[in-house]
Amino acid sequence: MAGIKVNLISHQKLESMSTDEKIDFILKEVKQGEVLVLERGLTPEEQSKLIEKTMEEINPGKFIGIEIEGYREEGKLSWLQKALGKIRPPRMTVIGPADKLKTVHRDNDVIKTVIFGR
Amino acid sequence: MGLLGKLKAALQSIFGKKHVRIGIYGPPNAGKTTLANRIARDWSGDVVGSVSEIPHETRRAQKKDNVVIKNGNSSLTIDIIDTPGIATKVDFHEFMEHGLNEEDSRRRAKEATEGVIEAIRWLDNVDGVILLMDSTKNPFTQVNVTIIGNLEARDLPVLIAANKIDLDGSTPATIKSAFPQHDVVPISALTGYNIEMLYEVMVKLFGKARRK
Repeated sequence: MAGIKVNLISHQKLESMSTDEKIDFILKEVKQGEVLVLERGLTPEEQSKLIEKTMEEINPGKFIGIEIEGYREEGKLSWLQKALGKIRPPRMTVIGPADKLKTVHRDNDVIKTVIFGR
Repeated sequence: MGLLGKLKAALQSIFGKKHVRIGIYGPPNAGKTTLANRIARDWSGDVVGSVSEIPHETRRAQKKDNVVIKNGNSSLTIDIIDTPGIATKVDFHEFMEHGLNEEDSRRRAKEATEGVIEAIRWLDNVDGVILLMDSTKNPFTQVNVTIIGNLEARDLPVLIAANKIDLDGSTPATIKSAFPQHDVVPISALTGYNIEMLYEVMVKLFGKARRK
């Protein structure tokens, strides 16, 4: 039966990778048509790097980019936490190929997406 | 540097600079160039770039230096960076729907991807950002979240301008509820509605920005 693979990725798997490794891993999967649900998403800096890399990889007719949605980090850091290099942990995020994953609704508490089959 | 100059530099290092580089960011078609032109025209009589209904009209960052904005007795000199719209996808078919032929659409798509990369890289070289959102659209997008997250991580001031309030269906209150921790000013960059409020907040907020 043909379908779309949805892969739930644990935070331990991503945390063991460098930023470049995470982005390469995500883009490799997404370019193969798979949808990823990250238990903990990417930091803002990693997200912007992912967008940059995605733009480099766009290939008309083959790969038009990604759909990505995730919840904002919670809470606020004190100046001391910032000085110590602490970051607010990213939250659950869904990423997929833009021609297969579409966001139909998003607010602070709910993200609704549709996945189109092959 | 004379004593006065040293004192001025010392005060600026504490209280912020009066000359800052401000990036105008947002998704495609939010009205970034319209706002950049509005600011430049109001304060220097010039424009920054051309505008269009077709997405990704601005595909290279455009700069206008030394624009002096005044608010009462305060003033702020800004270099405006009008950045290309940030998106996570670029499909040349979208441009064909706007009447461009395939060759032009493919070229525009390629340039648009380069523009997104350039816009993201400019984040390392700005002192503050006006994040422009189309108030007729849902503000809960990953592009908005990513831009704000990057600015917060860099401790850069961000002013959210809820644009297009002259249009039916505009709901700037939704933007305020989505990003309650930031200043949100409803404006129409096209008609100039409430633009004085934007200038007032710009002088107050970005006047405190410190160049890193």
